[in-house]
Amino acid sequence: MIAPLAPLALIGGVDPWIFIFSFVTVAITIWMGFRSAKTSKTAGDFFVAGRSVSVGWNASAISGEYLSAASFMGIAGMVMAIGYDALWYPVCYACGYLFLLLFIAGPLRRFGAYTIPDFAEGRYDSPVFRKIAVVFVMFIGLFYTLPQMKGAGTTLAYIFPGLPYWVGVAVVGAVITLNVALGGMKGITLVQAMQYWMKMFAISVPVFVLMAVFGGYGKNLSVNDNPASLAAALNPVGIEQRAEVVRQPLPANAPKDDVWIAPFGPLTTKAAKAAGLSPEETKPLSLVYTYSLIIALVCGTAGLPHILVRFYTNPDGVAAKRTTMWVMILIGVFYVFPPVMGVIGRNLLPELYAATGAKGTDKIVLELPRMISERYGVWGSILSGIACAGAFAAFMSTFSGLLVSMTGALAHDVYGRMLRPQSTPEQRMRMFKFAAIGIGGLSVLLGSQVEQLQINFMVGQAFAIAAASYFPLLFMSVWWRGMTMKGAAIGMLSGGIAALACTTVINLSDLKKINLGSFWIENPLIRILCEQPAIWTVPLAIILMIVISKLTSKDIPKDIRMKMLVLHAPEALGLKNEYIQEQQAGAGH
Amino acid sequence: MPPTPTRDETVHSEAFLSSLMRRQLRLSIGCAAAFFIALLGLPLANYFAPAFMATRVGGFTLTWLILGVLFFPYVWLISGYFIKRSLKLEADEAREVLSK
Repeated sequence: MIAPLAPLALIGGVDPWIFIFSFVTVAITIWMGFRSAKTSKTAGDFFVAGRSVSVGWNASAISGEYLSAASFMGIAGMVMAIGYDALWYPVCYACGYLFLLLFIAGPLRRFGAYTIPDFAEGRYDSPVFRKIAVVFVMFIGLFYTLPQMKGAGTTLAYIFPGLPYWVGVAVVGAVITLNVALGGMKGITLVQAMQYWMKMFAISVPVFVLMAVFGGYGKNLSVNDNPASLAAALNPVGIEQRAEVVRQPLPANAPKDDVWIAPFGPLTTKAAKAAGLSPEETKPLSLVYTYSLIIALVCGTAGLPHILVRFYTNPDGVAAKRTTMWVMILIGVFYVFPPVMGVIGRNLLPELYAATGAKGTDKIVLELPRMISERYGVWGSILSGIACAGAFAAFMSTFSGLLVSMTGALAHDVYGRMLRPQSTPEQRMRMFKFAAIGIGGLSVLLGSQVEQLQINFMVGQAFAIAAASYFPLLFMSVWWRGMTMKGAAIGMLSGGIAALACTTVINLSDLKKINLGSFWIENPLIRILCEQPAIWTVPLAIILMIVISKLTSKDIPKDIRMKMLVLHAPEALGLKNEYIQEQQAGAGH
Repeated sequence: MPPTPTRDETVHSEAFLSSLMRRQLRLSIGCAAAFFIALLGLPLANYFAPAFMATRVGGFTLTWLILGVLFFPYVWLISGYFIKRSLKLEADEAREVLSK
């Protein structure tokens, strides 16, 4: 897949080190995919890795899948662009896991259904509900795919200056699609575990080197304390040197120090500022924005379909819990680093504020290590190469995980259960490959349209949809036995569709496809509730679930006590209803 | 004198299920409360005490230090505690039933 690009390396502007590191990353990923394709034979291997992945591997693989382009590139870019408020993203990405552990992971694991559609059908005895759940797997998956594609396009445009954004998206999309079609889930587990460690290396090493050369995290933050008036006066003076920290002058469109470093900065006040509200009127609105963002990210993590499916690759519930603990440590350690890049980037590379699209702050993680070159020559290129390798690992692993879960839903649910229930395991495996190619193509097509949107912002939207649909479904189904299928379906659909509609409107208006500028200026609160809908869509979904379930309480499944028992009784009692047995029995050859 | 319930009757009794769910939910909610106090409290602290939260600590503002660094170890503590307690809870529940 890279071969057609090789001649581009001969064209001027390509740094050979950066190219080599990225190429090696891609080559290893493809090689591991091919290698594991030989060992994954049964349908169980493809869908849940034969359920026999060890805690260490599985924790690394979940973390590898979770740390997407948004984590690797987007957080640093967003911290640089908007400052303090962006810190909520890494914190809530990590904290959402805790929420998942506390309320959802254990019961779902005990229940033994291995996709959300399986759970939806098993809990409510309703094939109709399974279909609804499948549709949502697709929607959330596609929304979460877009930022990965933006990451891919940005990175390739950085490695090959002059390469159009969409070519990068197409190349990376094709490579990963091929990999998934050949390797399935088993390949993905190994590849992703390795990719976690690659990302960790690729973010921590450049950060440590940058801090050693340009001063520590705190030191770089300490220079961001100019009051607004002073900063304007200092701006044209040129390079500012204080406390041994180098600082380049900020361009005019960069946020000033005092708003950048303080809470309720440019992100949360944008709508109110556009409406020309006074600071006193702005503050409550930005508090609403902050809470809505927190709810979306925390609940959204707990509802991400491609993360949930991995809990089933643990051999038992104890292992699943220990895995979650390790995931939390692995991603928590990782998330300390990207904001450091953003902070140092603000001081050293403020010219990125001036650019947009693939040339803007989203590429700070790739570009910043090059600053080392000024003092240590080729090491800057090598570090930048390592960072690019990490970026590849980031969007490749998350995209393949998403592709597996969307493809699994198509092959296993739509084809295997709805269209052709009589199909053989071989036919389903072939369908898995076709579905992978189809969805991969669709992702590339959509991904090439989003160059102007910020990576992290798009991920936030995917989380907002998951938070309003899957999270209420899982949470309520696990802990409240009065839920009925109608209540669950209507709640999930209303919450999810409301969030989807809001984010679609915001995206279309930000991409200038529809013109709502003056409407947003007149109604800043509506803009905030559209941009961050979780604060009202999550309660809406839960309230609808309760009300409709009460109204239809005669439809509560007859064996509800048994279902709740399976969800909550210790696995040692052997009550589990094995949904996977049928699959394995069918594939045992 | 009523017969002692068999193991199966115990497992499938209403009392067993509700005690199971109540104990699990109590543990989860307790841990979640510790987590929400910090997560939802920090924006409030930023809102009502902005000057204090902007105090410089080693170059960081206090609120940046909390959100960007200290939050992660705090979450590990909660989850470590929860895992330890919930594994013990499960073992106890299983022992209670299997000893019948």
